[in-house]
Amino acid sequence: MQGNIAILGYGLSAIGPGIGVGLIFAAYINGVARQPEARGMLQPIAFLGFALAEALAIFGLALAFVFR
Amino acid sequence: MSIVALATEGSGYTSPGVADFWQPLVGNGAFAITRASVAILVSVAVLSWLLLAGTKRMAVVPSKRQFATESTYGLVRNGLGRDIIGSHDFLKFVPLLFTMFVLILLNNLFSIIPVVQFPTMSRVAFPTALALVVFVVYHVVGFRKHGLVGYFKSIIPAGLSVGLMIPIFLLELITDLFTRPVTLALRLFGNMFAGHLLLVLFIGGGEYLLLHGAGAFKLAGVGALGMGFVMTVFEILVQVLQAYIFTLLAALYIAGAVANDH
Repeated sequence: MQGNIAILGYGLSAIGPGIGVGLIFAAYINGVARQPEARGMLQPIAFLGFALAEALAIFGLALAFVFR
Repeated sequence: MSIVALATEGSGYTSPGVADFWQPLVGNGAFAITRASVAILVSVAVLSWLLLAGTKRMAVVPSKRQFATESTYGLVRNGLGRDIIGSHDFLKFVPLLFTMFVLILLNNLFSIIPVVQFPTMSRVAFPTALALVVFVVYHVVGFRKHGLVGYFKSIIPAGLSVGLMIPIFLLELITDLFTRPVTLALRLFGNMFAGHLLLVLFIGGGEYLLLHGAGAFKLAGVGALGMGFVMTVFEILVQVLQAYIFTLLAALYIAGAVANDH
């Protein structure tokens, strides 16, 4: 079997952000469901959290290609 | 995953990689004119034309084009500028934010626009340049607002005990000087790079399976091309979202620098 173990590293680095992004959007959906008029206020916060969590997975992807 | 395994077993297929993103058109080496540099020049020309044409004959009852231009501007001005930076001094940053938003948006959409079909931001130099602009802007406005000492003071949250001040100050300094610009550039780059790689994989691999595969592999090729279509639609969402997030974070960093108290 051929391949590069760095790709596995990317898989590992995607676990945490995957859970984090799920939690962030779960909280966002909950918030909007309870208080629909708060949507405008919650949206930038949700996407900010999403972007911050997702950055970790993106690092993993970049490093998977750097260290191959 | 199985598609990669199947496809790489054949002799003629090479899975897409970093090399697919280096496409010099004229010359070679550091000063080559690449597909990405042509794409960004085209994007500037297209944007200038779109925005000038959209604002040429302004009317109270807007035309379709004027409405599209105005609602994009309104999204950035009100949704990102006013709501985040605050109504006191957001107006002078709106040109920067709007330029960033439309430039990144069009360059991201280039990934799926036929003929161009190359996301400019998948070459790391382009998002780096944009992140550097944001980096310089939010530090300069911070220094102007608070003065040199005041700006460094303003990054420490109020009400900390003396023992905590130094570690928190160092952490905030690392965040401001290193983490923020690096993540800003890498996020945009990584998303565009990964998205384009995915499209190349599904569509290139699907084409190979369909045309060169035997028997059941042809069916897998149809499936891969179908997934390629689904991923293309998903990529549109990601491209718009990344343009929005980049502008949102730029606005947040500027807002943090001009805020009166941390």
